[in-house]
Parts: sequence; structure tokens; C-alpha cells
Amino acid sequence: MRRHTDNGRHDSEMKRTDTSNPDYFHKVVDCQWACPAHTDVPQYIRLIAQGRFDDAYILNRESNVFPGILGRVCDRPCESACRRVRIEDKPVAICRLKRVAADHRGDISDRLPKGADQSNGKKVALLGAGCASLTVANDLRPLGYEVTIFEAMNTAGGLMRTNIPQFRLPPEVLDEEIAYVIDMGVVLKLNHKINSMKALLDDGFDAVFVGTGAPRGKNLEIPGRYDSDNIVIGIEWLESVAFDHVDSIGKRVLIIGVGNTAMDCCRTSLRIGAENVKVIARKPRAFFKASAWELEDAEEEFVEILVNHSPKNFIIEDGKLVGMTFELMEYKVDDDGSIDRGTLIGEKIIPCDDVILAIGQENAFPWVERDIGIEFDEWECPIIDKTTMMCSRDGIFFGGDSAFGPKNIIWAVAHGHEAAISIHKYCQGESLSDRLPMGINLVSQKMGMHEWSFSNDYDPTSRRLMPHVDLKERFKKLDIEVELGFTAEQAISEVERCLNCDIQTVFVAKLCIECDACIDICPVNCLTITEIGDEADLRTRLSAPAENLDQALYVSDDLPQTGRVMVKDEDLCVHCSLCAERCPTGAWDMQKSTVLIPYASDEAAGGQALSMTQDSAVS
Amino acid sequence: MTYISKPAISHPKMPKNNLGLTARDYEGTVSTLCAGCGHDSVTAAIIQAVFELDIEPHMLAKMSGIGCSSKTPAYFVSQAHGFNAVHGRMASVTTGAYAANRKLTYIGVSGDGDSLSIGAGQFIHAIRRNLNMCYIIENNGVYGLTKGQFSASADIGSRPKKGLPNQQEPIDSVSIALGLGATYIARSFSGDKDQLVPLIKGALTHSGFALVDIISPCVTFNDHEGSTKSYAHTRQFYHHVVDVDFVPPAKEIKAAYDEGSAMSIELHGGSKIVLRKIEKDYDPTSRAVSFKYLRDRHNAGEITTGLLYIDNSRKEMHDLMGNIDTPLSELALDTLHPGKEELKKILDRYR
Repeated sequence: MRRHTDNGRHDSEMKRTDTSNPDYFHKVVDCQWACPAHTDVPQYIRLIAQGRFDDAYILNRESNVFPGILGRVCDRPCESACRRVRIEDKPVAICRLKRVAADHRGDISDRLPKGADQSNGKKVALLGAGCASLTVANDLRPLGYEVTIFEAMNTAGGLMRTNIPQFRLPPEVLDEEIAYVIDMGVVLKLNHKINSMKALLDDGFDAVFVGTGAPRGKNLEIPGRYDSDNIVIGIEWLESVAFDHVDSIGKRVLIIGVGNTAMDCCRTSLRIGAENVKVIARKPRAFFKASAWELEDAEEEFVEILVNHSPKNFIIEDGKLVGMTFELMEYKVDDDGSIDRGTLIGEKIIPCDDVILAIGQENAFPWVERDIGIEFDEWECPIIDKTTMMCSRDGIFFGGDSAFGPKNIIWAVAHGHEAAISIHKYCQGESLSDRLPMGINLVSQKMGMHEWSFSNDYDPTSRRLMPHVDLKERFKKLDIEVELGFTAEQAISEVERCLNCDIQTVFVAKLCIECDACIDICPVNCLTITEIGDEADLRTRLSAPAENLDQALYVSDDLPQTGRVMVKDEDLCVHCSLCAERCPTGAWDMQKSTVLIPYASDEAAGGQALSMTQDSAVS
Repeated sequence: MTYISKPAISHPKMPKNNLGLTARDYEGTVSTLCAGCGHDSVTAAIIQAVFELDIEPHMLAKMSGIGCSSKTPAYFVSQAHGFNAVHGRMASVTTGAYAANRKLTYIGVSGDGDSLSIGAGQFIHAIRRNLNMCYIIENNGVYGLTKGQFSASADIGSRPKKGLPNQQEPIDSVSIALGLGATYIARSFSGDKDQLVPLIKGALTHSGFALVDIISPCVTFNDHEGSTKSYAHTRQFYHHVVDVDFVPPAKEIKAAYDEGSAMSIELHGGSKIVLRKIEKDYDPTSRAVSFKYLRDRHNAGEITTGLLYIDNSRKEMHDLMGNIDTPLSELALDTLHPGKEELKKILDRYR
């Protein structure tokens, strides 16, 4: 046999995979890796499969705090990362399964974290009662911090309340999950707008967290903009509808912009009087900002989406808005997907009664004085450290949309967790950069000769369709939730689509006899035994093309009999466990990985408590 | 054995052959052999070879007898014809099948027990007739199906899991085939697909009897220390003498070969094999040289692998007998059955 010798090695030779680095196996769990808050998706799906809805809800809440809310309106970075997309076209309905956990949970109140009875003497001010601030409060109250939330409006929830229509997110769901946090002993000051950061700092808080969102909708400065009251800014209009200040709109409505706010605007219009709603996009469909599913839901309601229309001016007759002029554009799109500035090919007038501008949001901090040590960048945004969430003035932290501009709820939650750690460390006089690292725990799932503790048989079922309220019925009132949630049968079927990517294929080189059994059985040709080489070279010598460079190659230590290495392309592994099943020596094993994510409470416990939660092991 | 089925999904970029099929289309049911059995690797090599040769599944006939090895045709090319004969009778049944239909590609999978003991008589006569088939022996030196007794191919001194080492001279299928004048003789190892797949492709394409003896360790009864047919022992002592590259028809030989070490041989149907001699002095067209070399290396404890002997000049069974090309099943009834008058004429010739 071609024995590999040491003197044949090169410096470019690929490094052997260090699976003790928590990131390696974490990255294999694509959904969890993609989630900013690193929600343990496969585990909660498994808990749902076992009917353990309370456990699934609590596991979700640990990382994302608002499972009921996010189960309806999350931006779902997990689903586009879902491994199932690489095998067939549709991801697991991760987001809506989260809602299943929330919908079917029982009374979990005694399992929620509790605010500490005794104060630790530190006072923290949180500005804005949105998801970022609520997350910070959730993490700090159990540690004894005195937390005060200042909210400008008369109700908590921030953009979740004002910008997401009730037919997508029922107010009861919002109220309930916000109450879980407030009831931990948070002081909530409503109708309390902070007009001066300087004045707030004089009030003696030990730390301040800014979670005020990106409250300013972008304007469209074209002729006629200020000549009619029927031209409004999307997020302001949605807020007015949410607070019942607006309850009607004209029959013909144009929505300018094609992001998720535009989708909420067009669907809201249909519920308060509009009959013909057009969403106007400047660019072709491939460049839309709205999520595919939000576009789908709007089009289901017969909203028309026009592409390649660039707004030119508003048409006002006798002081009344009667239409808009658009320039018709044509674009060239490169092979690499970049688009040119476009060529003008004509003009078109579209008559209308109302126009809603939904072309983006931006941050605005008119209330933060510029001479108190908080540095701003050229776009008038504060400069924030991406890890600690602290600005250039010590003790002031930012999170959510107010930190780095408009993102989404799950990012705000992730920021909140990080900021809470920083605030705790800051208040305790510890170094902010000296943070606990993530950890990983692995537990074998082998139960017997051919028994595994998880549902490893690949289920070819296609993604279940979310049932919707009848088209006629749903427009009757503004607050009829359109999505009905999965039925029990649908949930049972959908959970089986999850590939259990957290159940890792763990290899021990010294046990391998190179019989090729694992290579021969692998349905997606993940495995190869070959000579070591550099990565680019190795990728060309595998059982099947390994072209997804974002997915790591696992490279083992030298195999005992020939000195070759076991290489696994993680890209397409469906975690069916056949490699471990066919391995005669147990060199392959299926082990459940649990990513150990440090929170403020772990920092407070000195990392001692950073161990598996009771739900983390498959049972 | 494995109870879960292999998922019916595959790598989206799997290569396709000229029939538009992927290697997965050539699979059979999931193996019921012990996990880690060498036979499963041989199965995978057969799948790869048949896939690469663009063989239409319905033009393949899988033949076997009894034993662990003889179970394996169930694990590849489900859509092919198959016949699971009684113990040791695979060669005879294949002779009959081939007599009736010479258009199919015949692959027989047997073991050291099935071929070298109960089926030894069948085996040698198939060679004598130069039956046009690929005859694979999955050689592990034990009767795995009956719990690991030594078979006729066990080496002197090889130790069983329990009991005394073997004292009897082994029967070596390669030496027998060489002595009888088989026309394509190869030996390989289940753990070396780079060598094995081209050897099987050559054997399937060769016109005449092609023997591929494959050391295929029994992971349950013969993979321990002291066994001469274990994965570790085979890897330590096995020795390539002549490797093979298979070149399909109408393809040019592109690879660069060392001068004097490469030898191109044209097979039936226009494909070629290029022999890469690892041992320069070895001549795989000379029975005398091969025989001496193999004995010497065997006495030195080495396991010689590669294409050990090839003879393209001898006619295979049908050509030797002057039979027609058309399979009997495709002949019209009046051709197959000449009638009473003709039969009488024939019989009269013997009166």
C-alpha cells in the first residue's frame, strides 16, 4: 500500500480538525449558527416532536426571550441556512414550529426566571421598551439590578407594537411575553420620553442602555411631496393605525418601496378601506428587500407589485393628490448578480388617492448631546463596539436598531444579551472584553446495537403549508390573525423533516480499520479516505464535489493502518447515522452537541453554572 | 445488520454516466452482512465499475451460490437479472445461462468456500470452457456464515479466533486458474478501490473467463491478530505488481506512463486496458513467469495484487463452439425447433 511518510509532507497541508473548538460543531448546526441569538433549533424541534411544548418554549426563551412573537414575525435567518435546502428546495418550517411550542405550552410561569428579591445596589436605565431593552432587563433582573425602562409611548413593545400589524402579531401574544419580563420587578415608566442624555446621566444610574430603535422613516424628496396630506411615511402611518388614530384610507393606494414595512403597509391598507393596492419597486424582483414569505402573503391578498418603476413626482390637482409619475427603467444584471444604474425607457402615470412611503428607516439621536463623550460617525450614528455594545463613553450601551441601524427582532435580542453581560461586568468593575467563551458538550446517542436515541430515518415529506384565514373573512377586521398556526398533524409531520444537525458525526481515528463501510453507505457521499494535502487540493479528491467553501472539511488524524486521513465534507450530511451504524469498531459515533452560550447569569456565577441545562440532553 | 434504510436522496452534483444514471441508480438493498465486512466494499466497487461502464441494468446478470459472498448480488443493481444457485453451482448455472443468452454481461460473485471446496469442480470447468464471465471470489479464509471455520484458502499458520492454527496447504484460486489457462486473472483487496474498480471493469469487458480474487476480510471471524486475511495483515504484506487503467472505447490514452512500464491491451469492443507495471520484470502475458513469481512471493509471505495474467488470443465458449450470436430467446420458434423431419434426419446420422 502507498504508505504515507513524514518527509512527503508540505507546509500547505491542511490542518487536522480541532473538534474541541466549540465553533466547529456549532457551525454544522447551520440554523443555530445563523441565528443571531443562537437558538438551539434542532433540540426544540425534537422536544416538540415529543410533545414537550413547555420544555420547547423554555429552551427557546433562554436564547430568544420572545418565542411566541418570533414564532410569528421573525426574519428567519435560520430557514435560509437550513441544511434541508441543499437536499431539496424547502427548509424546515423552523419559525412556525416555534409558534407551535408557544401555542401549545401550558402554564410555564413557575419556570420563568425571577427577579432577585434583594437589590445588588446597582441601577440601570433602559431607554425604549422594545425587544432589546426587554432582553437586557430579562438578563439583569435575576442578578439583583434595579432596572428602569423609559418609554415614550403609552404602551410597551416598541416597533413590535407600532409597526407590526395586529393581523400578523396579536396584541395578547405581545402583552403576555412583555409581561413575563416586566413582572420580574422592572420599573416601567410609560409616556416618559427622554429628551436629554445629559440630564439622564445626572440621575445617578450606574449604566444606561439605549434601545430606542430606528424611529425615523426615510423621506422621498420629489416634486409635490409636501403638497398633500395624503402622502405619508410608512412606519409613522402604521403607528397611527396601531393607536387607532387612523382608521381609513382611499380606495387606490400606492406603496413606494418593497421591504417588509411595505408589505405591512399594503396589507394594512386592504383592511381599512383600500380596494386597489399597488406596491412600487424601483428594481427587479431579485433585488427586493422583503422576505419571500411576506411577498407571498401580500400577493395572496391580490396586492400588485410593479417592478422597474422609479418615482418622479406626485401629481396634485386642486390641492388633491390624484396620481404619481414614474420613470420606467431597464437594468442590466451581471452574472455575479450586480445591477447597473439602469436606463430610462419611458414614463408612466399611475392614478391614486393615497401614497405610503416605505423606503427604509434610519437612526436619529437628536436627544443625545454631542459634547458628552459619545462619538458619532459620518451618518450620525454612535460608534459602538460590536462585542461589548458600549459606545465611546463608558457605561453607555446601545442595542437593537439603535446600535447599527435597522435589522430585526432577533438581532435586537442578541444585542440585548451581549449588552447585559457588558453592563454586569461594567457595574462589577470587571473587564468588558474578558468574556466567558462558548463551550460545547457532546453526548453519545447510541442506545444499543442498532438503536439511536433520535429519529434518524430520513423523512422525504415536503414542507407543510401554513393554513390561512379565508380571504373574505380576514379583511373584516384589522386584528384577525391571518395565520392559523400548524395543526397537530402538520406539526408532527414537519418536525420529522428536521435533519438533527446537532447530532454530530464524531470520529476517532485510532479506532478506524479503513474498511470503507462508512464511505460505501453514505447516501450523500460525504466521506473519503485519502492522502492529506492542502484544502484546495483535497476538495478535488473527494467522493463527490465539495464546492460549498463555507462548509468546513473535517480532516482526521492519521489513520493507523495506512497513514491516510478520513475527510468529511460537512456540507450535505443528513445526519442519518448510517456511517456510525455500519462502523465495525465504533470509530464513528453520533453525539448530541449542545452549544453552551454564556449569559449575564453565567458571568455572575463565574462561569460555574455554564453547563448543560436539564433539557439539553436528548431523553 | 442495519435496520434503517439508506435515504433515497443523493448528492445533487453526483456524476452521471452516458445512460444518465448515477452510481446510486446501480444500488441494491441495504446490506445485511456484518458492519465492516469486506464484501460490502467489493459491492461498492462493483457498483462503481458497472456504473462507469454504462451497463444497462437489464443487460446484467448477477450469479451466485451460497455463503456470505453469495448474498451480495442482492446489494447491487436491483434491476438486473439474478440467479442464486445451490452451493458451489454458480459456475454451472452461469454456463447454462450464457449458453442461452450471450448478450448479457455475467458477473458471478462467489467465495473461497463456495468456489474452492464444494464448487471446485464447477469452477475449474468454467475456466476450461473459457466461459465469458467476470468471476469474483470474495476471499476471507473462513466460513463466516457458519461461524468462522477455516476454509480451503486459509494460509498455513493462520490463527483462528479460538483453537489451533491452520496446518493444511491452502488452495490458491489464482494458481489454479493460471495452471488451467484462464485468460484474465487478477487479485486485489476490498480496501483498495483505486486498484479494484479498474480490475473489475477489465474483467467485465474481457472476452472469456475473468477471475478476480479479492482479499475481503471477515470482520467478525477473521480480523484479529495472527490472521493472514485481516485488514491489518493484508495492508502490511500486500504488494502491487501490475495495476490497470481502464480506457473506454474511442477515448485516447492520456495519462503519462514511465517508459517500459506501460503496456496497452485492447479488449473486446474497442476498450483498452493499460497495464502499469510496478515490478518492471514482471510479464503478465507469460504463464511461466507469472507462476514462478507468484510462488516466490507467496513463499516470502507477500500478497501479490494486480492484473497477474492476461491472454487475449483464446476464444471464449460460444466462439469456440461456433454458436450464433442471437440469444435463444430471440430466435423464432421454427429456427429453435426444426421439426420432426429434421430431428429424424439428425438421428439417422447415428444409426
